[in-house]
Order: sequence, then structure tokens, then C-alpha cells
Amino acid sequence: MMNRRDALARVALLMGGAVIGADYLLTGCSPASTDKTQEKAGDSAAASNYKPLDAKQQAYLDEVGETILPATKTPGAKAAKVGSFMAVMVRDCYTPADQEIFTKGLTQLEEASQKLNGKGYLESTPAQRTALLTALDTEQKNYSKTKTPEQPNHYFRMIKELTLLGFFTSEPGATQALRYLPVPGKYDGNVPYKKGDRAWATT
Amino acid sequence: MVIGRTANITRPHLNGRVNCQYRNKCWLGCPFGAYFSTQSATLPAAVATGNLTLRPFSIVTKILYDKDTKRAKGVEVLDAETNKTYEYFAKIIFLNASALNSAWVLMNSATDVWPGGLGSSSGELGHNVMDHHFRAGAHGEMPGYEDKYVYGRRANGIYIPRYRNLFGDKRDYIRGFGYQGSAGREGWSREIPEMSIGGGFKDELSEPGNWTMGITGFGETLPYHDNRIFLDASKKDKWGLPVLSMDAVIRDNEQKMRVDMMADAQEMLEKAGLKNVKTYNNGYNMGGGIHEMGTARMGRDPKTSVLNGFNQVWDAPNVYVTDGAAMTSAACQNPSLTYLAMTARAVDHAVGELKKQNL
Repeated sequence: MMNRRDALARVALLMGGAVIGADYLLTGCSPASTDKTQEKAGDSAAASNYKPLDAKQQAYLDEVGETILPATKTPGAKAAKVGSFMAVMVRDCYTPADQEIFTKGLTQLEEASQKLNGKGYLESTPAQRTALLTALDTEQKNYSKTKTPEQPNHYFRMIKELTLLGFFTSEPGATQALRYLPVPGKYDGNVPYKKGDRAWATT
Repeated sequence: MVIGRTANITRPHLNGRVNCQYRNKCWLGCPFGAYFSTQSATLPAAVATGNLTLRPFSIVTKILYDKDTKRAKGVEVLDAETNKTYEYFAKIIFLNASALNSAWVLMNSATDVWPGGLGSSSGELGHNVMDHHFRAGAHGEMPGYEDKYVYGRRANGIYIPRYRNLFGDKRDYIRGFGYQGSAGREGWSREIPEMSIGGGFKDELSEPGNWTMGITGFGETLPYHDNRIFLDASKKDKWGLPVLSMDAVIRDNEQKMRVDMMADAQEMLEKAGLKNVKTYNNGYNMGGGIHEMGTARMGRDPKTSVLNGFNQVWDAPNVYVTDGAAMTSAACQNPSLTYLAMTARAVDHAVGELKKQNL
């Protein structure tokens, strides 16, 4: 009964709000360099100057993602290569304005790390990384509470969203953190559940 | 409230169709043939008769109309790959290009007799575009049942048939809406306000959350003459054919209905015991329901309709249009099964007429 757009729209809600870039996600990610996108974002320079994330930045984001969703008894964000996932999503689904926020955000994250821990993110201990990202998450949550649609998005919300989206839809995330069942073969709407049982990867 | 009505088979069927595997991927085209589609069901059946010729990459540009006999004699086809034009001839033509495109073919046909195209003599061809307006309803959380979960993904939900403006009920709008909905446990995309990042956060998101349920109204759109599609002579596609323009919106009656779609949903979910119930109206544009219809409507009078009661074009009775274009009202139910039933009826009529040599 539910049509495809609805099904996609369900994934487009994340962390209590619409996923950043959802407009493009729903239409199959049109390149951010189209005229329409530039008009909407009012920032055509950013589109033509946008430099996709390089291998070093992707590796950096793998480490940031791993603190957000670390390996526990199941693999973490690094194993899911969330850094390379982010590179594609930001390039193909973000507006030029959001691309700029994201790129600048990597510098801001590094500055925040220096300020809090007196060293860069990659040089920090796991405890220091967790303290930093917890503080940044509190910052983005407080910002998002009063943010109007016209105000710019917060870079850490972008990073956290893409980490969740990238991890739980990846092979390790979907098959090990979650339970992946491609062909159930039957339906039972009333099966027992006990705390600790993993959720299904697809609905 | 009843289970939804879907065309998924629950046991193996003819032509190698396997029973539904509960993947909920019907919209991708079911490789098991469990979900009804032209590809899974009717085309294989047609192939099995030995009487089917399929001509892919064919754009029907017009119906060829014979002024002397006042009948259609065939169709003109443009090969989308070679740009070559072909003519095919037949005693009967079934035009089922889907509501908007069937109207397009008619508008592009017999323009030397009727400037507005075949079937335009009533002035209704391309008018009365309808759809189902939706994306308004409510959702909430169901406390408890933490020890319950589901296995498999049933490609179906619940249905609440229309009750407004029926059985003595009277609203400030006419007609009504039904609800489609479903329940389930929240997944990893849910918000956990008290958690931030880290291993505990990941492990928590790896488990299902609360039970939630949502229902969405599917409302009737009235057949407004001013809601129309038309050929735009100033714009041509890559084959030099005029493109279709659309000018259609939902109006006062539908907007009033949407207020009830939200309020009734909230009332029902709260009475059912759900908590934290929230209404939503996510807006709607014509066509969003992908149930477009009404552009060549049936009727009793050739002055006010394009087709007669057996789906025959009044101006060329050997042309049948049996897709959504034929609909006179949209009602609020999913329409495909109605189209199928109307088609079977029209085919039976056409065969009968052919045998009586009326066509």
C-alpha cells in the first residue's frame, strides 16, 4: 500500500528531524551543480569550487565516526568505511551551502579539539575523543532546538547523521550490528522478543 | 479497521508465479512474480495464448481516424530508437497508456476533424484530472509489548474504510477519505534524547525501539473541470512531439477534508491507547498519489463525456480507453483493481460487438 517515496521518506527522518540533503536523497541524489540547486542555495561559487573529500579527510572521518559508533561486540563505523560514504553523500546530495559547512566543519572540529584537549583529534586518546564529540553533540542538539529552516545546519549534526546512515545501511552494520534477512519467506506479527535481540536491518 | 487489500499471492500460481516472500520490495518489481504486475502476471498469460506481439520502444503518436467510416483504423507508431514511423491497422483499439498519456494520444489524433483531438467534441478531454490527496494524518507511540517483535516484512498494512458523509454524518465538505496505516517497532533512525555517542548508544540503536503506529488519510479529489492537462504546442520533446502541460490543484473541499484527516486520526489513535500522538500535514501536490485519472471520463451523454458506458470513445466507438482516464470520480480507494475490472468488462463487450459485426 505504501509507495516508494513514503518508504524512502521513513529513512529520511533521523535523530528527530529531517536528514540534511533529504531533498536530493528522495529524488535519487541529483548532482549539486545543477542550476536549480545553485539558485536555491544562492551560492553558485561554492558549487564550482567544491573539492570532494580526499583520502586523508576520509580517513579522518573514519576515526571521528568510530568514536560516534565504536566497535563493541559488533563492528564500528570505521569497519563500515563511513568516511568514503560521507564523501559521496556530501558531493552528490548536499547543497553547495551545506558542502561548505561540512568542509569548514572539519577545521572547526580540529580547532575544538585543540581548545578542549590541547591537541589535534587524531593525537587524542579515546577518552579525549569521546569528551570532545560528546561536547560537540550537546552543542549541535542545543543549536538544533531553536534553529529555523533558514539558519545554517550544524556541521557536527551532519557528521553524526552521515555516520548513522552510513553505518546502519552498510554490510557490517546491517548484517552484524543489525539482523539482515533478505528473504523472510513468511510473516509473523507476534514473535517473542527479549532485551538484547538485534533489530531487523530493513523494514 | 481491516487488513489492507493488496495483489500479493500467498500460494504459487500460474505462469511460474511464486507465493509472496515477505520482503516488502514490491515497488522494485517482484522477481518472484508474487506481486501483481503486467510483467509478472498478465503479459506471461498473454504470451501463453500465442497471440501476442510485443513491440518495444514504440511511441504511439496518434490514432488513425477514418472520416468516412467514423471509425479508427489503426495507430501511428514512432520507433524511439530509429525515429522511423510505422502504421498498424486493427478493427478494435484499446488505448491504455495510463490516464495522462492516453489523453495525450487522443489530443494528438484526428486533429483535422476536431482541433482538440479525438474525443474532444464534448470539451471534457484532458479535463477533470483527479488523484488521491494524502500525506495528512497522525502517529503515536504504543506503550508496552516490549516482549513482542515481528518476523518478515508483510507488504501491507491496515485500512480504515471511509465513514465521513455516510450513514447520516454531515461535514462542511462533501465525499470523504479512508486511512492506510501500519504499526511497528522503531529502528536505528529513532532519536534517543538521553544518549549522545559511543558504544552504549550504538548497541541501543541496534535493538528495536518503542512500538509506534501511524495512519494516513487518502482523500477523494473532486472532478473539477478547471483541473486539466493540455498539449503545449510551444514545447517539443526530443522526437518533436508536443509535451503535456498540467494545471491542477486541490481546492477548498480537499483542504477542509485534510483537517478531518488529521483530527480524526488523532482521536482514533488516542482512544486506542497510543501516547504522544502527533498530527501532520506534509502538504500535497496533484499527482503525488500516483493515482491520476479522469482525463477522458465516461458518461451517459456525449455532450458531457469522452467515453460511453462501455469505455468506447463516443466519436470513434471502436476505440476503448480503460485505464484511469475513464474514471468519473476518484472515490478514495486505490483504483487499479477497478481499472482491471472495467477492462475485463470492456473487453467482453468489444468481443461481443465484434461478433455482432457492430464494430
